[in-house]
Order: sequence, then C-alpha cells, then structure tokens
Amino acid sequence: MKKLVIAAIALGGTVAAGAAVADTSAKKIALSNNYAGNSWRQAMLESWQKVTSKAVSDGVVAAADAFTTAENQATEQAAQIQNLILQGYDAIVLNAASPTALNGAVKEACDAGITVVSFDGVVKEPCAWRIAVDFKQMGKDEVTYVAQKMPNGGNLLEIRGLAGVFVDDEISAGIHEGVAENAQFKIVGSVHGDWAQDVAQKAVAGILPSLPEIAAVVTQGGDGYGAAQAFKAAGRPTPLIIMGNRQDELAWWQEQKDANGYETMSVSIAPGVSTLAFWVAQAILDGKEVPKDLVVPFLRIDQDTLAESLKTTPVGGVANVEYSQADAQKVIEGAQ
Amino acid sequence: MTAGLLTPRVLRSLLPALSLAVLLVAIFYLQPRAMSYFGINLLLNLAVPIALATLAQMFILTVNDLDLSIGSFVSFVACIAATWLSEMPLLGILALLGCILVYALLGALIYLRDLPSIVVTLGMSFVWLGLSVLLLPTPGGTAPGWLQALMKLKTPLVPFCVIAAIVIGLVVHLGLMRSAHGAVLRGAGGNPKAVARAGWSLLRIKVTMFALAGCFGVLAGLALVGLTTSADANIALRYTLLSIAGVILGGGEFVGGRVSPIGAVIGAMTLTLAGSFLSFLRLSPDWQIGAQGAILILVLALRMLINRAEARR
Repeated sequence: MKKLVIAAIALGGTVAAGAAVADTSAKKIALSNNYAGNSWRQAMLESWQKVTSKAVSDGVVAAADAFTTAENQATEQAAQIQNLILQGYDAIVLNAASPTALNGAVKEACDAGITVVSFDGVVKEPCAWRIAVDFKQMGKDEVTYVAQKMPNGGNLLEIRGLAGVFVDDEISAGIHEGVAENAQFKIVGSVHGDWAQDVAQKAVAGILPSLPEIAAVVTQGGDGYGAAQAFKAAGRPTPLIIMGNRQDELAWWQEQKDANGYETMSVSIAPGVSTLAFWVAQAILDGKEVPKDLVVPFLRIDQDTLAESLKTTPVGGVANVEYSQADAQKVIEGAQ
Repeated sequence: MTAGLLTPRVLRSLLPALSLAVLLVAIFYLQPRAMSYFGINLLLNLAVPIALATLAQMFILTVNDLDLSIGSFVSFVACIAATWLSEMPLLGILALLGCILVYALLGALIYLRDLPSIVVTLGMSFVWLGLSVLLLPTPGGTAPGWLQALMKLKTPLVPFCVIAAIVIGLVVHLGLMRSAHGAVLRGAGGNPKAVARAGWSLLRIKVTMFALAGCFGVLAGLALVGLTTSADANIALRYTLLSIAGVILGGGEFVGGRVSPIGAVIGAMTLTLAGSFLSFLRLSPDWQIGAQGAILILVLALRMLINRAEARR
C-alpha cells in the first residue's frame, strides 16, 4: 500500500522532527491485538508491519513485534499481555478487547516499568496512554461540510451503524449536535445500515417512499455506496452522500465525479492509526512528555484528493494512511 | 489386583502432571525470565479462576452432566462483584448466594424432569449473559478492595497463585476422592441405579453437585475480577470450553464418576501455559488455535495408548 498524501489529513508536515533517534535504539515494542478478522484490522496489521520494520532496520527501535490473540477474548489478551511483560518488552501498544477487563494486566505491565499505549480499543486503566477516536467530532464534521455546501439547508437522511454499539451512538450524537447548530437542516429519516452496503441499501430503499426530497445523506462509513444504489433504484435524484473511505464508495464517487462533477467528502478512521500509536510509544520511551489522552485525526478525503486515494486503496479495502514520527509529534503537541 | 496392573494406572494418573512439567520446562527454556517468583506469578495467576471454573465443571461431569453455561455464569458473577459487591456488600452477597441456589435448583430440575443438562445449561448461558448485560451494560465497575488485595497477595517464596491452586486441588481431592460421602457422590455418576438402590437420594446428590458447581463458579468469578479489577459482560465466555478441556486433560472422562480434582487443576494450568508457550514460540495467531488443539490431542492420544496398554494386561 502506497503512502497517502499527508495533506489528506488535518496534519501536514513531511520533515521528520529532530528527534533523538539513538535513545530508543535498544528498546523493544510489542503490539498486542485482539482481533484480525476483517479488512480494517488486516490493513492495521499490514501498516504496523510496514512502518515498524523500517523503524527497526533504521535502528530507531530494536524490535516491534505484533501479537494477535487467537480468539477475541479479554481473558486471553490479559494472559497475552502478561506474557509480553515476561518477554521483556519496553512498551506495549494495545488494541484492547475490553476497555476494563484488561485493567489488571495493564497495571501489572505499568508496575513492571512498561509503557502501555492503547489505541482504537482503549483501556481505562489510568497508567496507560490512550489514543482515542473522537467519533462525535466526525459526525459533527459531516454536518458542517453539508452546511458549507448547502447554506440554504434542506432535509437530511441519517444512516446509522450497528444498534447498541458505542461508536454508533457517538457518531449519531455528533450528527445531531451538528444539526442543532445548523437549524436550516432537518433529519427527516433515520435507518440502521450496520456499516454494510447491502444492509444500508435495503434500509434506505425501505424508507425512501415515505420521505420528502432529500438534500444530503449523513452516514457512518461502509453505507454510502448502498445508499446511492437505493436512490438510483427508486429513480430519485442522487443527493449529497457522505462517504466512508471504503474502496467501493470511492470508486462510485470517482465515477459520478467524472460523469457529472458530483461533489462530496469521505471520512473515516485510518487503520494506520496503529503506526501512530507506535510512534507515540517510541516518543514516550524517548523520554518525551506526552499527555495521557491523545486524539487521533480522521482520514478525510476531499474532491481534490479522491483520485490519489482511490489509486492506493485496494479493491474491497479501506483507504489508509501510515503515520510518521513527525505526525506523532504533531498529535502530541496538539494535546499539550 | 496384581502389581503388573499398577504401571499403566500410575502412568495415567501421572500423565497430567507430566504434561504440565514438560510444558513448564519448555517455557523456562524459551524464556528464562519466566523462571522467577515474578515470572511464575504472571504465567499462572490467570490459571486460578480457570482452575476454579474447571472444578465447577468437574462436579457437573461427575454426575454425568455437562455445563455449557459456566463461562457466562462466571462473567455474571464478575459483573456482580464489580458492581453490587463493592457498592452494597449485603446485596452482593445475597445475589451470589442466590446464584448458587439457582444452580442447585437447576440440578433438581434436570433430575426431576429428566432433562438433558446440555439443553438446560445452554439456555441458562443466555440467561446469565442477559443478566450480565442488564447489570453492566457497558464494561466497567470496580472489584472490592479486599478481593484485589487477596488476588495480589505477595506470599513469601511461592507465588500466591501456586499456593491457591494446590490448596484448591487438595481440598476438593480430600472431599470428593477420600471421603465416604465423596465416594457416594461419584458413584451416582458412574452407576446411579446402584447408588439409588443402596438407599441414597439421587435428587439430593444432584442438587449437592450442582450447588457445589455454582459455589466454585462464584469463586472463579470472584478470583477473575480480583485479577482484572473490573468486569465486562463477556469477560469469561471462553471458560465454558476451557473448563471442559481442563477436566478431560486432567484425566476426567465423559462417562460420569471418573474424575480427578487434582488432575483438573493441573489440566487448567496446562491449558493456560499452552497459550503462553505458543506465544513465546512466536507462532502466528492463525496457527495458535490449531496448535492448542494439537497439544490437547497429543495428551489425549497418550492417554489412549496407556488405556490400551492397561486393557491388554
């Protein structure tokens, strides 16, 4: 996977900060991962492998091994973390199966002098660092974008994710917050698309006949292409549909853009956030002052970066970006 | 009984301990750092709740039943311990006693209605999971301080988890294998008709064994939450299969009556160590489940060989 243009995300910058490289050259970092069964996690592990193997050969760190538990279970991951303590790693980068059930093991790692950096699936144990995703902001950003495009407002259709999951609640809360601030918009319908194109298509097709004209569709990712198909099948004009960085969504967008200059934006979390966590762990080992709570930037694709993103995204995959040491530095500074 | 018969028998009862020893040596060889108080504690502390859950499963297997709900039951206990037990101790204790009572009633139900235990416990697994989610919709809670302190106890010379495992194993061994009452309980699994004809109430035996299982399930949940300090409705779902594998690995059999408490504890520890061993080997996760299965098959195959040798004599 080729590296995406960094300008695609909020933080730019290409020059590596003058970090003290030699200080961590003897340190060993491990990735403790609880699940590898979908394209996002596969891309996450691939990014880790790519960035860390270069860091190891450059002598930035001595080792950066990835460990995935055989089953997605908290007790198994707790045992895995305890094993990593024994194996003498200096830092553990963690995508946790549970925000709380690993607390005991994480505390034990901290007590053994190990730096624990959790990302994506973060842990509540206070001694660990957290690189969290501000899903609420993501939902709000969608409405802000739509408001810029359509200052006069209109009707919105909201496609939600999997009911009862924390991420779904957060993104939806952000969308509703955004709508509250932009009174010219009104959510006239809301369906659950379960982050899957086929489910979203069926759900949207089901609700469409009862809806007035839709100006824009706000989504959660993995549902934009299905929504577009549903509008097409119903013979209704295609509204502005926010995309979620999946390859099929980007391909459809490109097609529409070429045909009729269709404009939208696409936003989601890059699986390469594992590499951001790696650099943050490296910075902590380097003795840098790092706040315990960091926020990971989204990967946003706009009209002008679409072609490039589509080129680098594998069919059936998710647009990705790998973070550099300088990016991590920016995120850390941004939180201070 | 001739002296010649003794060899395969002794071998069979030694097999669980031997597999544990082989695994330990392999781990110490791969990771010398593990050969310390600190290392052994890290390797084995999560084996304590698994050993307790395995014993709970063993009680059920003794009376020729199977418990498919022990994992979600342990999760539920963990949820109670992380919420009610620390906030309202009295309510927490009552809830835990209630859990044991439910287990006893299940035993009575299964016996009186002659229901297959697999179906009843499978159904109960969803009940326990549902209750856990109701009690703790999002992961969290805090284990009571005394529980955390107990599980983190720094005993002199030998780590607490090893002492706990030995004590648990010995207590159950004395109760079930060495006492007259224990013989009756085991007999009810091996040959229920004979035990009934001898005047024992099979109902009472079933209820006793299920209550004991509930009791050890509660202990497993408490031990687990003492280690993790916080709970999750899905925290111990893996224990259902682990506990069955632990009993079988430790020399127990599915036929009822043929169990070994010390073997079960050793089986639970072997399973825990097998995971660590594979992780120290740097085996790809795609292969780990398969490799764990291979270790199980290897030990069971050895037992078959010994059994066959026993039969031939």
